[in-house]
Amino acid sequence: MTALTLGAEKVGAGTTPARGRTTKGASRQPGSGAIWKIGTAVIVAYALFPVLWIASLSLKSTADVGDRKLIPVSPTLENYRGIFTSGEFVRPLINSIGISLITTLIAVIIAAFAAYAIARLDFPGKGLLLSGALAIAMFPPVSIIGPLFNIWRDVGLYNTWPGLILPYMTFALPLAIWTLAAFFREIPFDLEQAAQVDGATPYQAFRKVILPLALPGVFTSAIIVFIFCWNDFLFAISLTSTDAARTVPAATAFFTASSNFINPTGQIAAAAIVVTVPIILMVLVFQRRIVAGLTAGAVKG
Amino acid sequence: MAAITMRGITKRYADGTEAVKSVDLDIADGEFVILVGPSGCGKSTLLRMIVGLEDISDGEMRIGDDVVNDRAPKDRDLAMVFQNYALYPHLTVRENMAFPLRLAKVPEDEITRRVEEAAQVLELQEHLDRKPANLSGGQRQRVAMGRAIVRDPKAFLFDEPLSNLDANLRVQMRTEIARIQKKYGTTTVYVTHDQTEAMTLADRVAVLRKGIVMQVDSPRNLYNSPANLFVAGFIGSPSMNLVPGELTGTNLTLPFGKVDLPDEVAQRLTSPQVADGEGSSTTTATKTGTRQVIVGIRPEHFEDLALVNEQDRGSGMVFRNRIDNIEWLGSELYAYLPYSGGEAIAQQLGQLAGDLDMEQTIGEEHQLVARLDASSQVKEGAEADLWLDARKIHLFDPESGAALARPPIS
Repeated sequence: MTALTLGAEKVGAGTTPARGRTTKGASRQPGSGAIWKIGTAVIVAYALFPVLWIASLSLKSTADVGDRKLIPVSPTLENYRGIFTSGEFVRPLINSIGISLITTLIAVIIAAFAAYAIARLDFPGKGLLLSGALAIAMFPPVSIIGPLFNIWRDVGLYNTWPGLILPYMTFALPLAIWTLAAFFREIPFDLEQAAQVDGATPYQAFRKVILPLALPGVFTSAIIVFIFCWNDFLFAISLTSTDAARTVPAATAFFTASSNFINPTGQIAAAAIVVTVPIILMVLVFQRRIVAGLTAGAVKG
Repeated sequence: MAAITMRGITKRYADGTEAVKSVDLDIADGEFVILVGPSGCGKSTLLRMIVGLEDISDGEMRIGDDVVNDRAPKDRDLAMVFQNYALYPHLTVRENMAFPLRLAKVPEDEITRRVEEAAQVLELQEHLDRKPANLSGGQRQRVAMGRAIVRDPKAFLFDEPLSNLDANLRVQMRTEIARIQKKYGTTTVYVTHDQTEAMTLADRVAVLRKGIVMQVDSPRNLYNSPANLFVAGFIGSPSMNLVPGELTGTNLTLPFGKVDLPDEVAQRLTSPQVADGEGSSTTTATKTGTRQVIVGIRPEHFEDLALVNEQDRGSGMVFRNRIDNIEWLGSELYAYLPYSGGEAIAQQLGQLAGDLDMEQTIGEEHQLVARLDASSQVKEGAEADLWLDARKIHLFDPESGAALARPPIS
């Protein structure tokens, strides 16, 4: 009797979602598919054409850079060889990777604890804290660059890794806290209480139950923070002076070509491609988690 | 395993409202006690205070010999099954059940043994490596129970565990829970708003209303001898008919007739228990010795007069009434009898219905529900001769709602 019932349940559980998918697909009007495809193609072309142009530039030799052709006449990897051997790119690349990773790691850890408290506890000034964090994220960085430059020089943070990590954290933390808080709110409180009844300390409940469930959110905020740091130009150009802390976006502006009379366009393009590719790969790999992260909280489950 | 003792347990919120008011309850070792009541009566809050998820504002909670008021849930050694099961979605069934054991640092081979054993009891062997998302409601329910039994805790706590299941599965899981509780003999506290669950599962039932325990007793005694109007109206389906009555000596006047209370009822009325004032309020007694009462009659204590033998007729009341409506269910028959004159107690009944959180069969429209034998030949819309077993009448004080002349507890 029981086995029979269980079997029936299994069938039910298996078919329901499948049926849901079919209905959803069928509900789309016929003919709208073509419009969708054309629209998508236009948008993708519009967004990716500059990238394609830069890729093309990076493969041209110095002589061909101005030939206004999309397909390089004589493709060469000379530019790439150039930036990796000259030293004015490798060191900034290490800076970029190091600074972005450290910022991401610290920001996500702190944000996870902060967001958890915000999602779970009712403490005085919670609203103020959240809106304050949002206000900081909205703050135009340009307006603080000047004072920051002076302060950093006085306290000795100018042109150091921490000198960039600190301001990045200021802007990355609110982002991460908001993203993560949305995730934590989605996780039923009962799970945590169940863990407590099962014998877990609050920290164990957080680490063994809540955090694994919020992992997509952790990924999302980590990627958002990493991209923010990786792409920053303003802080990097203002708060650094040498290769000790200069990141790639700033360093490309200082590229020198083999001769003073030639623009290092090809090498700048090659550097741009080199720093773009990791981001594209990362987004592709974690695409599913990011989408889940960006839409979490949009629909109440 | 341990007994649970509550003394003056109170839950007071910051705004001064009390969800649970000074509850005294003794749950014996191995006993199955059910907390039942309409929504908002504080039953879940009380359960959460036992397990430690809610602070205790006042009173003393003992588990075994230990006062646990200030202990964290993890230090109380209780297992709880949540209404939504609260399974860990990122862990397999096996890991879910092993979770409390892992935290308790039980050796790995012991964990495997206990999980396998629980899985066998719950018929979950084939599902051990699946994730909760791939299980049906009934299977999830089993996993939640498995997580509780692997620990061999001092007590099981259930918070409306069956309310998310469909009706068939609910009955099946109900017997399952009863079987497992019998097998392990663990003290169990179970919260539900479903009186069928309460009546079928419990050794004893505590009926709560607005944070106050109205009566704690065996299901049988709750049904046969309710201590007050609330319990009378809450327990039983269809619920007890409550009609206004006037008591002069042993003579009871009902809206549809008069009856002389049989000696056994009359005796109880004059017994010291009532005189002591088990709710007897003198305000309603007039100088002539006439007092207003609320009369409670279970639907099954009516019968078609044609089906009552001569002997029994004498100990009851015979009356003639119109029948508005009949529901024939094969094994029994429900007849709905209109009557007038219910206004005297309409207010009390209205309040009671509000507390019970139900569309009421009591008071409103002034209608009696009578359960008659299925072979009865009564006709819809026609007058019928009916009989009421006066020995089974319940009397309540209209002011306090307390029972007068309670039938003896068997």
